[in-house]
Amino acid sequence: MEAVSGRGRLIAVLVLVGPSLVGMTAFYILPVLSSLVVSFAKWDLLSPIRWIGLANYANALADPAVQQALGNTVTFIAGYLPTVVALGLGLALLLNRRLKGRTFFRAVYFVPVVTSWVAVSLIWKWLLNPQYGLVNYALSLIGIQGPGWLFDPAWAMAGVVLTSVWKDVGFVTVIYLAGLQDIPESLGEAAALDGATTWQKFRFVIFPMLAPTTIFVTTISLISSFQVFDQVFIMTGGGPVGATTTMVQLIYRNAFSYSAMGYASAISWILFALIFTVTLVQNLLQKRLDRSDG
Amino acid sequence: MTKLTTTLAALLLLGTSPVAAETTVRYMTFSAAPDYLDELDATIAAFEAAHPDIDVSYETASFNDYFTKLQTVIAAGQAPDAFELNYENFVSFASKGALADLGPLMAADSGFSTAIYNPTALAAFSQAGKQYGLVESFSNVVLFYNKDLFDKAGVAYPSADWTWKEELEAAQKLTDAASGAWGSFAPIQFWEFYKTIAQNGGAMFNADKTEVTLDSPANVEALQWMVDKVARYRVTPSDAEMAGQGDGDLFKAGRIAMLRTGIWMFGDFSANAKFNWDIALEPGNTAKAHHFFANGVAVSANSANQQAAYEWLKFLTSSKEAVEIRIKAGWELPAVTDASYVQGYLDQPAPESREVVFQALDTAVTPPVINNWNQLTDIVGKELEAAKLGQKTPQQALSDAAAAVRPIL
Repeated sequence: MEAVSGRGRLIAVLVLVGPSLVGMTAFYILPVLSSLVVSFAKWDLLSPIRWIGLANYANALADPAVQQALGNTVTFIAGYLPTVVALGLGLALLLNRRLKGRTFFRAVYFVPVVTSWVAVSLIWKWLLNPQYGLVNYALSLIGIQGPGWLFDPAWAMAGVVLTSVWKDVGFVTVIYLAGLQDIPESLGEAAALDGATTWQKFRFVIFPMLAPTTIFVTTISLISSFQVFDQVFIMTGGGPVGATTTMVQLIYRNAFSYSAMGYASAISWILFALIFTVTLVQNLLQKRLDRSDG
Repeated sequence: MTKLTTTLAALLLLGTSPVAAETTVRYMTFSAAPDYLDELDATIAAFEAAHPDIDVSYETASFNDYFTKLQTVIAAGQAPDAFELNYENFVSFASKGALADLGPLMAADSGFSTAIYNPTALAAFSQAGKQYGLVESFSNVVLFYNKDLFDKAGVAYPSADWTWKEELEAAQKLTDAASGAWGSFAPIQFWEFYKTIAQNGGAMFNADKTEVTLDSPANVEALQWMVDKVARYRVTPSDAEMAGQGDGDLFKAGRIAMLRTGIWMFGDFSANAKFNWDIALEPGNTAKAHHFFANGVAVSANSANQQAAYEWLKFLTSSKEAVEIRIKAGWELPAVTDASYVQGYLDQPAPESREVVFQALDTAVTPPVINNWNQLTDIVGKELEAAKLGQKTPQQALSDAAAAVRPIL
């Protein structure tokens, strides 16, 4: 192996990493960088590009549409994040027990995760149909008159959250299941010997031991929920009355409907800054947690 | 095998004798896909037969993706030589300098007169005195009605002198909650709105589009009427009551007695509506007004084959062959004036009163196009939705819309 000197190793690395690096550069890194450049310009694709400095950013920060979209995104996160994490944890605890057909259930919960968003959105659009949908039919069986869901500005976001939780909960479950494997059984046994109830065992042993997992799934889910788009695009198109217009939906509309490429890029970078900040704060929290763990 | 031989023969010919270089015109269209590709192929075949030195290749995209795709290929320097544009987008493409001025080509074309086109429709595709496009086809919206439902309710069929008042009286008699039949339907959205306000003497802008008149009393009254048909008179189903079904589907199911929709539904209704139906002019309030949608075709400003592209577009829009193919297939209506061309359209069986399509042109309103067209439709559309759902009064919705539109004018 000594013979593989600096140069030979470099070639080997390039050959191995090259193909994916080329793809990444062409379809990810370059577009991301060009969007930063375009964000300082006014460009409608057809007319010549015009440099306008920070005007796009200034306009975006003052734009009521951006504020509304940000509000809607936060509403989505507030509904989605706690639900998907709590439900995922609950399911992981259930599926971690020695119950019959456990592998089957684990697979079932993971199926929506690997299903395409388009298919899931279309199916839920029908499930949530106020007249013919199964959800309102089920509600009617227990005497509840279901809401208009995607047709009602007050309920549309709830419909989107419900769909998203259903699709993503399997992912959170799997991560928590992995986290649960890392907890030594002796800890639970020791707690049981000390007379801890099931709830106390969970509250004071399992949940604290899962803290790194919780921080991980929260971070991942938070980032993805800031970027919520596919389901909104297909289920509501941002309506009714803009009730589900999220940040990425707004970016898409500015870029591909209004041809305001510069403005859309600027909003994208504002969103990036936002996600970056939130993730940074989460990271710091995690570091502090790690330190207090010793 | 024959294809191979022909190709080989062609190659040999190319190798041996100097053949006139073939020009390929790249054309992009939305109106042909997916239903009229055979007709497009036939039109191209007829064109290539008449112009052996020009080949036409084409690309299609569905209407929803078309303009994004077109803008992207133009921005990438891969613009097709010729492409289709609806009137709304034509305005923005022309003002951004993406289209070639056809004036010099037309002036040099001695055997051709633009008199073949409907003058109003052709004028729509000019800007600042320059002809940037040829008009290809048009369509409009009329009042479709289910004759069987009218007979059953004992109501006289709609006539040209009906106003909103007669429409409402009939709709109230035709609405039958027990059988799930609704009297009248018109969507509450941007396009329906700008036409409905015209039926009440209103408009979105002043004549030279320098001032927003969205919240004028006439417009508020018109929007109130649109909303009232749903919420107050209950002759039109709400969104929740329609539950995602299209108005055309409800009409075909015999559940809407009067429907304002486009003549592009003729084919579908002829094939799938199991009852007698016909069309009439739309009732107005103080004025008659009908939608007018036109598609045009233009040559790219950067095309290296402008002459050939122009020849193709001229053929596509005005040649007897192309017009006949179009009329036979019901692929919208060619915007040509020649009565003998149009007779073939009138002669087709359903609906009986096809002449209404041409009568409606006398009171046509074109879309109130401005440069920020998609923003305009989104802003106004959102406020109309708020009024439709009862979140805002018509007055409030239109005041808010006007305030939001002023900065983008």
